[in-house]
Amino acid sequence: MYTTELKDKSQKQAATPLSAEDPERLAAFEARVAADDFIEPKDWMPDAYRKTLVRQISQHAHSEIVGMLPEGNWITRAPSLRRKAVLLAKVQDEGGHGLYLYAAAETLGTSRDEMVEALHSGRAKYSTIFNYPTLTWADIGAIGWLVDGAAIMNQVPLQRTSYGPYARAMVRICKEESFHQRQGYEIMTTLAKGSAEQKRMAQDALDRWWWPSLMMFGPPDDNSPNSAQSMRWRIKRESNDEIRQRFVDATVPQAEAIGLSIPDADLKWNEARDAYDFGAIDWEEFYAVVRGEGPVAKERMAARVSAREDGRWVREAALAHAEKRAVRLAAE
Amino acid sequence: MSKEWPLWEVFIRAKNGLAHKHAGSVHAADARMALEAARDTYTRRMEGVSLWVVPSVSITASDPGEAEALFAPAQDKVYRHPTFYTVPDGVKNI
Ligand SMILES: [Fe+2]
Ligand SMILES: [Fe+2]
Repeated sequence: MYTTELKDKSQKQAATPLSAEDPERLAAFEARVAADDFIEPKDWMPDAYRKTLVRQISQHAHSEIVGMLPEGNWITRAPSLRRKAVLLAKVQDEGGHGLYLYAAAETLGTSRDEMVEALHSGRAKYSTIFNYPTLTWADIGAIGWLVDGAAIMNQVPLQRTSYGPYARAMVRICKEESFHQRQGYEIMTTLAKGSAEQKRMAQDALDRWWWPSLMMFGPPDDNSPNSAQSMRWRIKRESNDEIRQRFVDATVPQAEAIGLSIPDADLKWNEARDAYDFGAIDWEEFYAVVRGEGPVAKERMAARVSAREDGRWVREAALAHAEKRAVRLAAE
Repeated sequence: MSKEWPLWEVFIRAKNGLAHKHAGSVHAADARMALEAARDTYTRRMEGVSLWVVPSVSITASDPGEAEALFAPAQDKVYRHPTFYTVPDGVKNI
């Protein structure tokens, strides 16, 4: 998901071994977290907790920001003024989500520049889902419905994550997400009920986005090495497979309701489990995308880097102006 | 790398009659820009009628390590709460 533990290159070795830290403070910290207390910026925390949070929150922030690109691609081509206003508002929300999260990460002692630098140099990761192209208008429907739907599933439990600023950012984000999924589903519904060609377009978008959406929840639990620690620290509240299953169970009936079919021959209701069984996920594809081999990974990074570079003179001029004014005001 | 814009803390008054409450932070070159960024970032859904922005460096916070010394003494002063006192049965309006 947006917050899947994707190792970045700086994480060659695990951070400071926990044993190197003051055992008494560590025990007090663990007890607080276990009691569902929140940790706030100035509180003592183990180094590994801080590092894991910075990685997870900044990865999440990068995902929100890079996630504006695939949808931004369709703003000027939205089929009506209503759709255009909605898409614009949604993409603006995602920008806001990125900013809330960067601010939360900054409370841990990292700077905005450091995080952006890590993203642009390829050291930091972002969700693999945004390295797929948006080929048709139906993709905007599929993203809202599936990608935001998956994001919500993952983000709702994070409202109770142990780090206060992160939890508060998630509360805000969750409040704003709910319309994102609905507007996407509405687009899909309209297309699915439209002409044969429109319905084909909707089905094609579902076919292409379904599996990447399931991959958003991250590797299967038995192959998710840092999960146990993150669960213990309440940085993560539910396992990848649990949330993935919940997403499948919620989404299949939604597809059926509008006459679209999930592209999975093995998908079947399992009475005994009270859940859907579904086919095997192609993790090779996932890891390839993580490595930066996604279909549009290079374009995504190029777009972010040029936005940063093209705006540099504006940022510098604004700062120079502010400094000059401050000096003038002080002299008055 | 050029210098980062300073950080500002954002406070929102949800409606008149309520106090301003901390909402988050923004980076901005100056106060005017901080207000505009705060408006775009934190009030897209009618969250407020008034904004404060304060340079983050201007905030002095208490040290969590001193929390006990600062706040615990209040714990044994239960006589500051009305429930500490006994009132005879049947007595009203007190
Ligand atoms: Fe978002
Ligand atoms: Fe969203």
